[in-house]
Amino acid sequence: MSSNQSNTAGGGRLKSLGAWVDARFPMTALWKEHMSEYDAPKNFNFWYYFGSIAIFVLALQIFTGIFLTMSYKPSDIEAFGSVEYIMRDVEWGWLIRYLHSTGASAFFIVVYLHMFRALLYGSHRKPRELLWIFGVLIYLALMAEAFMGYLLPWGNMSYWGAQVIVSLFGTFPWIGDALVEWIRGDYYISDITLNRFFALHVVAVPLVLIFLVVAHILALHEVGSNNPDGIEIKKTKGPDGRPLDGVAMHPYYTVKDIYGLSIFLVLFAAVVFFAPELGGFFLEAANFEPANPLLTPEHIAPVWYFTPYYAMLRAVPAFAGTQVWGVLVMFSAILVLFFAPWLDRAPVKSIRYRGPIYKVALMLFAAAFIMLGYCGMKPAEQPFKAMSVIGTIYYFAFFLLMPWYSRIDSHKPVPSRVTS
Amino acid sequence: MGEEIDRGRRQLLTAATTITGAVGVAFAAAPFLASWKPSARAKALGAPVEIDISKLDPGAMLKIVWRGKPVYVVRRTPGMIESLASIEDRLSDPRSDISRQPEYAKNEQRARNPEYFVVLGVCTHLSCAPQNRFGPGASEDGVLSADWPGGFFCPCHGSKFDVAGRVFKGVPAPTNLEIPPYVFIDKQRILIGVDEVRVG
Repeated sequence: MSSNQSNTAGGGRLKSLGAWVDARFPMTALWKEHMSEYDAPKNFNFWYYFGSIAIFVLALQIFTGIFLTMSYKPSDIEAFGSVEYIMRDVEWGWLIRYLHSTGASAFFIVVYLHMFRALLYGSHRKPRELLWIFGVLIYLALMAEAFMGYLLPWGNMSYWGAQVIVSLFGTFPWIGDALVEWIRGDYYISDITLNRFFALHVVAVPLVLIFLVVAHILALHEVGSNNPDGIEIKKTKGPDGRPLDGVAMHPYYTVKDIYGLSIFLVLFAAVVFFAPELGGFFLEAANFEPANPLLTPEHIAPVWYFTPYYAMLRAVPAFAGTQVWGVLVMFSAILVLFFAPWLDRAPVKSIRYRGPIYKVALMLFAAAFIMLGYCGMKPAEQPFKAMSVIGTIYYFAFFLLMPWYSRIDSHKPVPSRVTS
Repeated sequence: MGEEIDRGRRQLLTAATTITGAVGVAFAAAPFLASWKPSARAKALGAPVEIDISKLDPGAMLKIVWRGKPVYVVRRTPGMIESLASIEDRLSDPRSDISRQPEYAKNEQRARNPEYFVVLGVCTHLSCAPQNRFGPGASEDGVLSADWPGGFFCPCHGSKFDVAGRVFKGVPAPTNLEIPPYVFIDKQRILIGVDEVRVG
């Protein structure tokens, strides 16, 4: 009965240890619910790699981040030097830092592809609206995390990037100045701001991110995964009560995800070892000189993953004596994402069965987003100004006109079972 | 105790407890929110700064840091001061109605003394530091055209200001450059950060 009376081999002892734990903690139940008996649709394709890769990158960022904090000093005098110290003097410090800096960009690439997958196959549609909302909140937290992390090396682009973004809050009428002073904790971006951003970057926001990721996965496992056909596999169950078109997460998708992760790691390692700056896209040249409050870099551009929103900010001219409008447009661009599940009125979810209007609209949306990202890296002059305006208008039109164009669009009949 | 549950009383007590708890949370949050405001040390370091203008030549500019921001002091030539009136139709806010400055700088020259122009070197667009391009006419780098009267040019997003920090039309910056509070201590020194010299 109990483990100390058992004379069987090691497997038996392990089993009884498992039973001992299960009587006190739902270990086996959790494993079954989320792994060995979680039924995922059997027709996942390439686009379904990015969720698991995103979890891996999050773990990588936390792990490398912990090691960076062991050598980094969050003070205006020491920060820049401590990063150089990590790069030159700490054993393997360069690798740990490049894994972290490349990981930041990789995180956004993976998350953008993951979000695009949702728009392709209608993964954000009913009954997965809350799953999508948790996802957009993760995206928001990720942007806050990346923005604050970018100040920490205390390079000149760190400094001026933070200056520009923090001053956005100053455009709000009446409360703007007090709000900016409160965020900075000083009359300018100073040691106090740096120390504060460090605390938020390494403790507060990561905790929020982990909580949101857990909520995201719980919501996913509650409703079940969508698939490239946009069919609910729970509607067709076998005599055992499990979906006929489902396969267990483990071992089928754990093995598939490890394969995807391997390919990702090949590309990731190539950047880390051979092009960690990626020609200024991942690490900007102006950040290799220390922060200088009196010398603005010739051309301020955020890191690539923020440039679509930066282009929107600059696309809106100031009027009525304030430039709050551009800031509102930029924030609205994120806000509108929350409503995407309800804006889409098509009777089918997956792009495979949708009509030409949505197909064209979505492809143009992806093109507009990339075009905005490109404009956001360029100086604010023609033709980039005009392209930014067009891109911004299209971005909002894609979402705000969706209730109409998605309804009049044609659609094909959806099969009852998934296709291969 | 009676058999009946008084639901109205229970609801009232639940609501009252919830409200009391919420007030407690608000009070408990206040110190943490307030801890983000500038500290006593930050306020002390943000005290007024003095600048010596005795060696400043006409047409030249001095930079000094006050509260981490560059403050420019320009000794304007009579020609620069005269040019201010002629370009008003090219400016967004020639009389500084929607711009920020102390009352004593809300005039055409935007200064206490037209000769000495004191201004924050912080672009009103996105807080970059504008460069002084006091020479009129087209510039070698092509960003300024032949009708440029001389003034400040922001390298970040191309905002243009005249030698009184007034913004030109059609640039990203919405308002004129901000004038900080300042006062002449005597003919050689300016105190930046206060409106008047405290006696005693």
